[in-house]
Parts: sequence; C-alpha cells; structure tokens
Amino acid sequence: MKRLTFNRKLFALPYGVLSALFVIVPLLVLLYFAFVDGDGKFTFENFADIFSKGTIKVLFYSFGVALLTTVICLVIAYPLAMILANSRFNKSALLVMMFILPMWINSLLRMYALKNLFIELLQIDTGFFMVLCGMVYDFFPFMLLPIYTIFVSMDKSLIEASYDLGASPIKTFFRVKVPLSMPGVISGIIMVFMPTVSTFAISDILGKPENIMFGNLINYWFTKNHWNLGSAYAFFLLILIGITMIISSKLTGGKAKATTGGIL
Amino acid sequence: MIRHEKLKKVIALTFVYITLILMYVPIIILIIYSFTESRTIGNWTGFSVQLYINMFEDPEIMGALTNSVIIALASSLLATAIGTFSAVGIYHLRKAPKVYMDTVSQITMVNADIVTGIAFMLFFLIIKVIPDGFGTLIIAHTIICIPYVIMSVTPRLTQLNPNLYEAGLDLGSPPIKTMLTVILPQLIPGMIAGFALSFTLSLDDFVITKFINGDVDTISTYLYTKIKVKGVQPELRAMSTVILLAIMLILVFINVYNKIKKNKTTSR
Repeated sequence: MKRLTFNRKLFALPYGVLSALFVIVPLLVLLYFAFVDGDGKFTFENFADIFSKGTIKVLFYSFGVALLTTVICLVIAYPLAMILANSRFNKSALLVMMFILPMWINSLLRMYALKNLFIELLQIDTGFFMVLCGMVYDFFPFMLLPIYTIFVSMDKSLIEASYDLGASPIKTFFRVKVPLSMPGVISGIIMVFMPTVSTFAISDILGKPENIMFGNLINYWFTKNHWNLGSAYAFFLLILIGITMIISSKLTGGKAKATTGGIL
Repeated sequence: MIRHEKLKKVIALTFVYITLILMYVPIIILIIYSFTESRTIGNWTGFSVQLYINMFEDPEIMGALTNSVIIALASSLLATAIGTFSAVGIYHLRKAPKVYMDTVSQITMVNADIVTGIAFMLFFLIIKVIPDGFGTLIIAHTIICIPYVIMSVTPRLTQLNPNLYEAGLDLGSPPIKTMLTVILPQLIPGMIAGFALSFTLSLDDFVITKFINGDVDTISTYLYTKIKVKGVQPELRAMSTVILLAIMLILVFINVYNKIKKNKTTSR
C-alpha cells in the first residue's frame, strides 16, 4: 500500500526538476549578475545605483502612476462587480464574459488600438494621460475579476442578517459587504499595482520619453548591454513584489490569490 | 418604492454598458478601419479588402503569425501534459515537497514578466546549450504556463473518487496506465481550460519573448517593432482583426462546449 501512494506523488517529479532548473536557477543567475560588476568581481555598486537621484525619481513616478491606475480601476471595478454579481441587475454570465474578453486580446494590439483612437481620431497626444488610460485599460479586468468572484460567492444570509438586525443599507454596505469583499480587493490591488510599476510596453507605445516607468529602466539597461545594472534593478523589483505578496497574505490570512484562475 | 427600484436598475445598467462600450470602442474602430485603404484612422476612403490582401501576401506578417501559433501550440500542449501529471502528484504530496511545489508555481505566476524574461535570458546565455529562438521560447512559455494548468486541473481532482486509482492498481493495471485510462479522462475539462489559458498566455506574451526570441519574430515582437520604429502600418489593422476574430471564435467554441457539457450533466 505504501508503494502505491509513493508512485502517485512521483507524477510531480518532472515539474519538480523542471521548476528547479528553469525557475529557481535562472533567478539565482539573475542574483549573481546583480552582485558582480562587468569583470565578474563582487560589488554592491549595481544596487547603489537604484538609489541615485534619477532612478529614485522614476521609481516614485512609477509608484504614483501605479497608485493612480489602481485607484481608478478600483473605483470603477468595485461598483461594477457588485452590479454584475447582483441577480437583481444581471442574470447573464455573458455580460461578465464580455468584460473579461479583452484580456485574451494581445495587450499590444489593444494598446495599438488605443493609440490609434487617441492620436488619429481624437487628435490627443499627451503622454501622461494616454499612458494612464493604457494602464487602466490593460489592467482593469484583473481588478474586476477577483472582486466579482468574491461578491458572487458572498454569503447572502450575512447581508440579510444585517438588515434583519436593523442596519441601514449604507451601514450594511460599510460594515458587512466591504469587510467581506476585502480579500478580493487586495487580490485586485496586487494584480494591478506591481504589474503597472514593472510594465514597459505600455509606456513605450503610448508615452513620451519622460513618461518612463521602472520597467522601462530595466529594459533600457538591457538594450544598452548593462546587464549587471539591469539585473540589480530587476532583483529589486522582485523583492518589492515579494514584500507586497507577504503583506497581502498577512492582511487576508492567505485568502487573496494573485491568479487569473477561474476565468474559463 | 417600485419606481425607485426601477430607477436604480436603470442607473446600474447604464454604468455597466458605458464601461463596456469604453472598453470596446478602440477595438471596434480598429476593425471598422481595417476595411478601408487609408493610412490613417479617421479618414475613410471607401470600402476595400486591400489591407487583407496585402496582409496575407506579406511574408513578415504571415511568418510572425505562424511562429506565434507554433510556439503557442507546442508550449501549451507541453504545459498541459506536464501540468496535469504534476497536479495529480502535488495533490498527494505533503509537507516540504508540497510547499516547494506551491511556492515555485506561485513565484512563476506573480513574478513580473520583465524579471522572468531577464532571468531566462541570462540563464540561456550562461548554459550556452540552446541558441535563442524556438527552443528557448517553447521552454520558457511551457514553464510559465504549467502553474496555470495545475490551477485548472486541481479543482477537478478534489471532486474525484479517491479510490479510483487504487482500484485500477488492484486490478493489475500499472501506475502510468491507470493514470492515463482511469484518472486522465476525468480531468479533461480542467485540461481543456488549462490548455486554452496557456495558449492565450503564450500568444499574448511579449515581455518574456522579447528577451529570448533571437531572430524569431512572434506577433507581439513584430507588432512592437512596427509600432515603435516604423510608425503605424495600415496592414496591422487587418492583422488585428483576423487575430481578434480567431480568439473570439475559440472563446465561443469553449463556451458552447461548456454549455453542452453542463446540459448533459443536468439532464442526467
């Protein structure tokens, strides 16, 4: 009997080996590159460069854009998710599907479409505004989906209980619905905030040179063959992502998941 | 009270449809203007399918499309195979090995594309075994898609009768055969979902691809260089429309398939 269960676990072995080779080792290689200079000597210089004035400026600009993107996405997605999950307003899954559909369209294609719309049809050509629209356009479904999922699976009897105990709709909203939806909101924030900081294609296509994000800097060092600097920047980003993941799992007790699961 | 309720509904649905329209306007405009020859959008020069003819005759566009489909197909097939087996294995793992597997797939899913792409690039550079191109792209895309397949298959496993596998072994079937003939058929819906997700992930990927593609152009890298360097080329509108329609067809197909499946199970 013991041998039999042992066998089934073995099915995980191929991925165990592959992931060690193609996920863990590449990250270690990245770490190595981040800590050496061009001649292969150990150095902290690459990381020190992140705290230079120009980079810090881009970093804070990126955080600003990401914060704005996240807030805009949240403000639109939250009521939308509530409406879509409410059977009084919406009974068809098709409508929800329509909101998620653009996610499957190549993101560069969508940015190209947006650029066309702005520049050629609306005659608007402002870097910051266009980049912001592009970010919201690209990441919106990632905010909508987790919040929608949590509203659909929310225990309706808790809301009824709140009404039965005499709470007003407003009080029920703030004291019952909002707290219950927090894991979805936090998932959404994770899936919008850090990806916005690390993107470079959207700002490249829609923005002007002054609208660069932290992701553009990483890309820049690699196109200029400064691999060690680029690696340090990338590793710094990885640490930031790690921190946000830890904070979010602490906040929600591991309920928030940064995945696009359950779409299909 | 009833009027109040109605008003609420109207406001709610207006909000829903306005958001929806905003999301689709850029795409629809692109589709409309793929049927005219003018270089710029907003300048309608009469109905024409010339852009489509040009597109199908353009070796670069067709090459990029073919490459994308080959890479997406190969990597999503590989990811589905490896991911399904892993899902079964991970489901029965405990303690440290399970934590390792869960962490690795979580890292793959949450890591920024640019970090993943650079890590792959440096890794392939150091091992010097595979030159950048189809090989590196298929490996990288497979690795990125596996966690999504695991995620799609695992819910099916929880619904599975735990004694099925043992029953197969007790009746003398070897583990691999039991897996293929008893367990696997039960996982097919999850596998299809995982495959579809992987296929679109691979097709959609630009950032990781960019760092390891060598001189192999995919739709994404082709689009990027064209949008960046040469400015807007009208044939891209035709190409976008074709890709859009293809994706919509796949989605409709999946939805119809799921509906039929659901009807079957409920009518039983």
